[in-house]
Amino acid sequence: MNVKLTSLQKGEKGKVHAIDAGKHATKRLYEMGFNTSARVTVIKNDAGPVIVSINGNKVALGRGLAYKVLLARD
Amino acid sequence: MSNKRIALVGNPNSGKTTFFNAITGANQHVGNWPGVTVEKKEGRCSYKGVEYDVVDLPGIYSLGAFSEDEVVAMDYVLSDDADVYINVIEASNIERNLYLTTQLLEMGKNLVIALNMVDEAERRSIKFDLEKLSKKLGVPVVATIANKEIGTDAVIKEAVKAAARPHIYENPLTYSENVLHHIQHMEEVLANKELPYPAKWTAIKIVEGDTHIIGRIEDSGVDQEVLDGIKEFHRFHSSDNFELEIVDSRYAFAHRLAEETVLRPKEEVTTLTDKIDRILINKYLGIPIFGLIMLVVFQLTFAIGEDLLGGIAVFLIEGLGSLLESFLIWTRSPDWLVSFMIDGVINGVGAVVEFVPLITVMYLLLSFLEDSGYMARAAYVWDNLMRSFGMQGKAFISMIIGFGCTVPAIMSARTMDNKKDRMVTMLIAPFMSCGAKLPIYSVFIAAFFPRHGGLVLFSLYAFGIIVGLLMAKLFNKTLFKGESSYFIMELPPYRVPSMKSVLRNMWMQVSDFITRAGTVIFLVVTIMWLMAVLPGSADPYSQQSFLGKLGTLLVPIFKPAGFGTWQESVALFAGIPAKEAVVGTLGMLYAGQYLEEGAILVNAVKQNFTALTAMAYMVMVLLYTPCVATLSTIGKETKSIRWPLMMAVYTFAIGWLVAVLVFQIGSLLGFA
Repeated sequence: MNVKLTSLQKGEKGKVHAIDAGKHATKRLYEMGFNTSARVTVIKNDAGPVIVSINGNKVALGRGLAYKVLLARD
Repeated sequence: MSNKRIALVGNPNSGKTTFFNAITGANQHVGNWPGVTVEKKEGRCSYKGVEYDVVDLPGIYSLGAFSEDEVVAMDYVLSDDADVYINVIEASNIERNLYLTTQLLEMGKNLVIALNMVDEAERRSIKFDLEKLSKKLGVPVVATIANKEIGTDAVIKEAVKAAARPHIYENPLTYSENVLHHIQHMEEVLANKELPYPAKWTAIKIVEGDTHIIGRIEDSGVDQEVLDGIKEFHRFHSSDNFELEIVDSRYAFAHRLAEETVLRPKEEVTTLTDKIDRILINKYLGIPIFGLIMLVVFQLTFAIGEDLLGGIAVFLIEGLGSLLESFLIWTRSPDWLVSFMIDGVINGVGAVVEFVPLITVMYLLLSFLEDSGYMARAAYVWDNLMRSFGMQGKAFISMIIGFGCTVPAIMSARTMDNKKDRMVTMLIAPFMSCGAKLPIYSVFIAAFFPRHGGLVLFSLYAFGIIVGLLMAKLFNKTLFKGESSYFIMELPPYRVPSMKSVLRNMWMQVSDFITRAGTVIFLVVTIMWLMAVLPGSADPYSQQSFLGKLGTLLVPIFKPAGFGTWQESVALFAGIPAKEAVVGTLGMLYAGQYLEEGAILVNAVKQNFTALTAMAYMVMVLLYTPCVATLSTIGKETKSIRWPLMMAVYTFAIGWLVAVLVFQIGSLLGFA
């Protein structure tokens, strides 16, 4: 089942399934580690950008961008 | 023969500049957030008596560039100027860092890897098999702790070796069969053609559909057959996503490599960073905590820089002044020389130098913040609010840098992906009150609000932010319509700031302040002094002097804001070359005017201003036309003369308007 990154709660995990953003933003996400099957854990998702842990590194994504990252829930 | 060249390349915040400082002995600015270095820096190091040129590049996550700083780094890598590249990798974050490494290998770069901050990785129980890593990558790998200068020599040794031996192109990556087939096909098209980059790499980039690189190949004047080949390939494969496939194969390689050579603990240990973040970036507390941190910074600046140490500087300058005066009189120096040295240099330039302790403390605290890792958090907590003003969180980092100096704040806007974000960030940067304005506020605070220094300062800075945000909103509604760019930022772990780097950053800024006092400020004050004592027919420092006449012309402009004497007007004028000159000029003019002993600047200000006009004057200083250095930076960054002119005019208008409002409303409320 695929979900948007914004709909995962703190502590939930998933694998990157697809990115539905513009060319620019997509490439940026790729180079930051959001390629197919990359595992992410949501660290914080309340107000403001979503913070995820990816490869043991924390990345904050603006909500608009996080909305475009589709995950396969673990 | 020219020196061999070594270039430092790597992800943002991996420690390239720290490494650069360690090997070259340079003092480049470092900090703990991604994007500190925005331009190419050059230096030198020597190994066994041979000199090498070293180039430090802005951080990049990949060889696709979006923002100005990344373009600088990418252009350098593409130009193939260096004999060897030191790829600095943040050890705890090896997988993502290896993505860039794979791209450099694909390109056939002569690499040496510095696996940096291994001490931090060790604390997180991450272990590496360096030998295996080096073998699999086919390049030397050295563990380093650049801020302690551990391993840096070993890296240079490897780099020197690598630069000396002939380099063989070897791409360790494997691609899917389908992609490989296309790459090979493309290689055939490119065979024996004149190309700007290695043919194998060019073929990969064409299949990947990297529009940036393809554009460059097309512009390089290659054979028509190559152009046709590229066009045909993309026509046939317009619906294929080879880019993702290639990206995935790079990550697959990095991932496999990491699995074989890196041992991570099963469960990520909850680090101190996580605990700190629970509070500092809390949904409700984030922004109030930011405010609190800034308030503490200003309170400490005043408590230590002014109350504790300020007296010493004043004592020294005044002591020096009376000594010099006695000496000049004793040697029967001409009157003009006494006047120039005492009124101009001591009371003018000296009035600026007196504030060295104050700005030292502030720069120390700001450097501490920069090194701690808090900057990226500030960007995070402000992102939402910034969005309602048409900006994004990243711009907030530029704004905080502006508290130190507007020039680097404008430069830091290079890290913005989109042009609109970058322009707006640059245009509002001058409203962030800089260190050079601090002496001006201090004089007025000492005269009228001595017990609330930190608070007044905090309010001024906060007011600058508010005006900046409102202007950003206005620009977004008029000149720069359209969406603000997405926000994506790494949150580096908090690090205990290294004393060495904090002191270095602080010293660079303080020495700049002192240098400016001895050069620009000295020059401005000298010109002002000459204009104040000439023509000989007029009384010096009187309204009949040239300066007095100029000031009198300006008076009507500032009358509505309540500070309509010619001295006050002329001082603002002197602040355009450099802001410190406002204090320098006031110091000189008042000293010339009040000849009696002890009439130092603060007392003179007390006699010439009221609390309300002082407030209006400070607001004017906060907002009006930035210094020449800022304007010229805007000119350079926008490559136009129109933007700096526009900035000079619009900021003046805003400053004037707000100062008038402060004075008029204040008068109505009876604060006069």
